[in-house]
Amino acid sequence: MIWVNTVIEGVLVGSFYALFACGLSLMFGVMKIINLAHGDMAVVAGYTAIFLVPKFHLAPVWSFVVVVPIFALFGYVLQRTLLQKAIDRDPFTTLLVTFGLSVIIENLLLEIYTANGQSIDIGVLISKSWQVSSTLTISYFSLVVMAVAVAVLLSLQLFLSRTGTGRQIRAVSDDREAAQLCGTNYRHIFGIASAIAFATVALAGIAYGISTEFFPSSGGANLLFAFEAVVIGGIGSLWGTLLGGVLLGVSQQLGAHFSPAYQVLGGNILFLAVLAVRPQGLFGKRTEM
Amino acid sequence: MSEQVGGEYPRTPLLEVAELTVHHGQLCAVDQVSLSVRAGEVLAVIGANGAGKSTLLRTIAGLHRPTAGSISFEGDNISKLATHRRVRRGISLVPEGRRLFVSLTVEENIKVGAQSAGPGPFNLKAMYELFPWMPERRHQKVGQLSGGEQQAVAIARALVANPKVLLIDEVSLGLAPIVIERIYEFIPRIVDQGVGVLLVEQDVTQALAVATRVHCLLEGKTSLVGVPTELTPAAIEAAYFGSDVAHGAAEGPTS
Repeated sequence: MIWVNTVIEGVLVGSFYALFACGLSLMFGVMKIINLAHGDMAVVAGYTAIFLVPKFHLAPVWSFVVVVPIFALFGYVLQRTLLQKAIDRDPFTTLLVTFGLSVIIENLLLEIYTANGQSIDIGVLISKSWQVSSTLTISYFSLVVMAVAVAVLLSLQLFLSRTGTGRQIRAVSDDREAAQLCGTNYRHIFGIASAIAFATVALAGIAYGISTEFFPSSGGANLLFAFEAVVIGGIGSLWGTLLGGVLLGVSQQLGAHFSPAYQVLGGNILFLAVLAVRPQGLFGKRTEM
Repeated sequence: MSEQVGGEYPRTPLLEVAELTVHHGQLCAVDQVSLSVRAGEVLAVIGANGAGKSTLLRTIAGLHRPTAGSISFEGDNISKLATHRRVRRGISLVPEGRRLFVSLTVEENIKVGAQSAGPGPFNLKAMYELFPWMPERRHQKVGQLSGGEQQAVAIARALVANPKVLLIDEVSLGLAPIVIERIYEFIPRIVDQGVGVLLVEQDVTQALAVATRVHCLLEGKTSLVGVPTELTPAAIEAAYFGSDVAHGAAEGPTS
């Protein structure tokens, strides 16, 4: 039973990783941007939920209704201004710009909100759980997060495969110049992809803030897990990201089962094994370069 | 020089390129080239490798910025217009090397082209009539198609935008002669719809067969302009290879 417990816990944590990582995967897939500020964006979403949402007289559990649209808009604007300027120069500049953003955000948060831990308080909802058996309880909140993660990935997949804008996103990702020749404004498409990525990271940030205490510096560690989930699953594949997140979560829980200190180690061993055996990730595309 | 084709269409050019100069860094790839394309005619730009043909087309499409000169479309200067806006105005380029979206299916590739389409006769259905093999393979990824089929998809993708001027870059590159012939069969059918075609070609025989007028480039400069039937093979050869540039050279566009 203890193994079942471990695996279920891993799947639940893993789907959070997937929710957290899908924006990272999308931005890399479409714009070839490695957004080093991705984790910090999630943290900012958490702070926004705590300090801005009460002004709207909204229960904290509904904070995503406000934060997600703000982040989508923020993502679009940031892409069309700063990030586009960086892309127009070269990939290294883009990497430096997102790194700079990460440093600025962390320090601004420290300056404004101090290093004290924060958490989004949704009251008794967080402690409700489902008693499956005498040894196995699943918290409703982690089930909700898993459902949200699957729903987000599913709708993203449908959006990309069924809609005209989704098709344009895939076309731009394949060949930016050819997409322009088809009348596509690739900068606008980049903006939309970025808006989606930021909306999903806002959801992840809120989920994180509800389930645990976070600090201005929490972005970095989460970013690492998101990267691992994306690399394990294969860059650019949304289902790969889900699988990568789940596998990462499970191997972390298995590691933790042996010793709490082995939690991160368990994930890293899987990560290194995938890199060694299948560097393009489980669902990774063949690179044609 | 006289013109035989396009009588039913307006005599004013759709596309007018004047004294266009384009640099790649220090290299002057296109040097003061002037040309014009009218509705319902085919202007073939010929020239050897590196003569500046592709650069000329890509500059007209908006992928390169000219150093000097102007590009006008329907009387408006479009030299500073972004590529995707030129497509919406009515200029589409079939790029060299086809440049299809490899992770998309045949139909999706064409739909991307149709997404910012203007009004006109070309839509997905018209493409399926033009290329009868397409409907049953429309859900295949383009990577599974042969080179000739891929070229057809590339042409269809550009056509569904309903361009007034279609730019075609090296359509024959890497294709077997029989396939090239088949691709060229479609050009008169496109022109019949009143589209002006500006095509770039290394294969002079093909270009001459389909062209209303010919424009030869040599090292970025115009070396010959004329109507195919009025040009001697010797004059074309001289303009193409530059053994005797003075012979048969005309100044500026023949309009």
